[in-house]
Amino acid sequence: MTAAEDGVLIARGISKNYGGVRALKDVTFTAYRGKVNVLVGENGAGKSTLMKILSGAEQPTAGQILFDGEAVHLPSPRVAQRLGIGIIHQELSLFPNLTIAENMFAGRELRRGRGFVDERTQRDRTREVLARLGQHRLSPATLVGDLPIGQQQLVEIGRALLEDVRVLIMDEPTSALSNHEVDVLFEVMADLREQNVTVIYISHKLDEFRRIGDWVTVFRDGGLVAHESMSRTDTAWIVRQMVGREPGSLYVRNSSPTGAVLLEVRHLSLPGAVMVDDVSLTVRAGEVVGIYGLMGAGRTELLECLMGMRRVATGEVLVRGAPEPRGTVQARMQAGLALVPEDRQRDGLVQTMSVRDNILLATLARLTHGGLLTGAAQQRTAAGKVAELAIRIPGLAAAVTALSGGNQQKVVLARVLLTEPVVLLLDEPTRGIDVGAKSQIAELMADLAAEGFGVLFISSELAEVIATADRVLVMARGRITAEFAAADVTEEALVAASASDRVLEAGS
Amino acid sequence: MTDTHVAAPASGAATPQPDPPGNPVLARTALLLLRGRTLVVLVLLVIFFSSVSSEYLTQSNIILMTKHVAINAILAIGVTFVILTGGIDLSVGSIAGLASMVSGGLLFTGLGVPGGTLFFSVAVVILLGIVVGALVGAVNGLLITRFGVAPFIATLGMLYVARGAAQLHSDGGTYPDLAGSPERGNQGFGFIGVDSLLGIPVAVWIMVVVAAVAIVVTTKTPFGRQIYAVGGNERAAVLAGIRVNRIKIAVYVISGACAALAGLLLTSELGAAYPDTATTYELNAIAAAVLGGTALSGGRGTIIGTVMGAFVIGFLSDGLVLIGVSTFWQSVVKGAVIIFAVITEQAQQRLQSNLTKRTA
Repeated sequence: MTAAEDGVLIARGISKNYGGVRALKDVTFTAYRGKVNVLVGENGAGKSTLMKILSGAEQPTAGQILFDGEAVHLPSPRVAQRLGIGIIHQELSLFPNLTIAENMFAGRELRRGRGFVDERTQRDRTREVLARLGQHRLSPATLVGDLPIGQQQLVEIGRALLEDVRVLIMDEPTSALSNHEVDVLFEVMADLREQNVTVIYISHKLDEFRRIGDWVTVFRDGGLVAHESMSRTDTAWIVRQMVGREPGSLYVRNSSPTGAVLLEVRHLSLPGAVMVDDVSLTVRAGEVVGIYGLMGAGRTELLECLMGMRRVATGEVLVRGAPEPRGTVQARMQAGLALVPEDRQRDGLVQTMSVRDNILLATLARLTHGGLLTGAAQQRTAAGKVAELAIRIPGLAAAVTALSGGNQQKVVLARVLLTEPVVLLLDEPTRGIDVGAKSQIAELMADLAAEGFGVLFISSELAEVIATADRVLVMARGRITAEFAAADVTEEALVAASASDRVLEAGS
Repeated sequence: MTDTHVAAPASGAATPQPDPPGNPVLARTALLLLRGRTLVVLVLLVIFFSSVSSEYLTQSNIILMTKHVAINAILAIGVTFVILTGGIDLSVGSIAGLASMVSGGLLFTGLGVPGGTLFFSVAVVILLGIVVGALVGAVNGLLITRFGVAPFIATLGMLYVARGAAQLHSDGGTYPDLAGSPERGNQGFGFIGVDSLLGIPVAVWIMVVVAAVAIVVTTKTPFGRQIYAVGGNERAAVLAGIRVNRIKIAVYVISGACAALAGLLLTSELGAAYPDTATTYELNAIAAAVLGGTALSGGRGTIIGTVMGAFVIGFLSDGLVLIGVSTFWQSVVKGAVIIFAVITEQAQQRLQSNLTKRTA
């Protein structure tokens, strides 16, 4: 560390225990003034815990925090905010029923006179912030609930910008953003850096943070394992530090021979704000097909139609050559389709249930004897899937909420695999999970293809979809605008097709 | 391994604040007590009242109190099914009243058919009463699933409709004599509400059977597991292929049937059917479920907890009566106990999540 670098926020010897578990082990971390300090590490490595401590949301078990060279005590987020330490959480904390301006000033409304809200000034200031975020055309009076998730994320960021922040912590702000929105965010970050604001940036997206980061700090298993100037690192080095092994095997490409057509979709359409417009596609046995596209292109809606969750959809779905006309979730499941949803918390897990009960949820009827569930069969079935998918759990009876993101994802996957599908539909299977778990999911997709499944997955990450899919379909505005074989696909072509209204010829 | 030393606040470190559960052993003991708090409260109640009144713990009083508990417990078990799915059933008191009037009418005046009046045996009358309750429950379920009415509103409406129907049934009057007669072949309605078997009231036996069946259904069947799933996360349940609407209709049918059964027990005990039977009983039933640890948000709760909750409410009310507390104060105490129960429920949730907290 050069002497010229000036640490504005320093965590010294921080440890954090939860009950008997050590989440952080004697970590010393420095955030440099006016720099973008990137934090990477697998889920559960301790980054979020450290950020919670630095933003006042959690108290360290041991250790000390220095801000501008002075020891500070951060008993609450409010105290941290007053010092100029702001945080943007990974999970959105917005009020969908309020307007953008109301959200920006929620809890710190501008006053006019004694008790009235100064709405005009709030709107004006909101407009300024939105302009700074490249959202000139967005009205401050828009309801947040009406915005796509990417723009909601920008509102969340705007909220932090309203305050006079000196240190801004961002916990995976780009996981829901489109490429364009990410560009805007990075411009904002560059702007902040100009203004001598310190940014601490947690991310899983290697290709992204290398563009913006000045320093990179790697966490593994509750400890800080590496801290280096970004210019002296490369992607391979970072991945090596994170997973503790060589990155060559990061993405596994499926190489199994393809067989019969397992899924055929003919002229599928869904009316609505985000629509599906006359989509036809096929997935063969042993094939991994990726769907790339921007937020709101209709990818999730397409998979939901296939799974029978959108009853107004029209068109034909054939599984193993047989039409499945009933179009209910049960019928599609029986036919051999299974969907792993994008939002695990909202659509995948039953948070009040144990790991075991979550895994068995879709196949309970098979685990009965005389109409009653049998403990032994349940235990055996669940334990079998846990071992097969290498799910890391404290125990089958543990609350599913106690698992990390990647392991929660595998719990959902275990559930759908138990339904004995022939085609797996995976909606953003790697969103919000760390590099190690990402490579495991890629490996899993290849394994499943090798076992003869057809895999259809959605991805918003160019590198991932290029590296893992045998065939890439691009969706824009509800239509499939291009199709590429693995050999022909390039980042440029995907980006062009995803922004296009017209159907492109493959490879053009 | 790297730092086994005790975290001593040397060099003026920021005072390390202990985690909320400072001592894990203590925390676990506290959690255990909180989990079993309904039982703890029940034991404390019994100890308190028996020390104040020598009559409280006599065999005859316990049997009497348990009989009072039985009716509320059966109502509460039905309501628990609904609450576990994240719904609510405000109509159970009225359904009990309607079932009471239907069965009372069948016993007292019979069923008018062309060419005469039909009388049914007591077993058939009881069955028909329960079917009426189940049908009203089915209507609740259909309103909620097919027409998208919020459970609170749908069952609030049904609270009025079913009560009105009960009053219309007799034009507001009472069916005063349900003893039946040999020539009509409908004697013996008193069996379920008045008689005893092996020294224990039949009503209590019925409660035991209903509770046992409910426990098996909720804990040992796919249907039971699916009820918890629907209440825990409805979207995930849909995606897991669970027929969510069917589950919802089923729980309202169960709730309606349980309510009707409770109404019949009450009617049998009184020996007369009047349209205001079981008015406001829905509140006692919901209170028992909540007291027993059922979360109104759905997905969490047990039948055994609900039964315990019903015992606490019943033993508390009767105890207060026995030691001569005024009815006004009885209400205050009961309300305070319910609020206290919810507060401890939340303390339990917090403690539990602290103990199993994710580590990053």
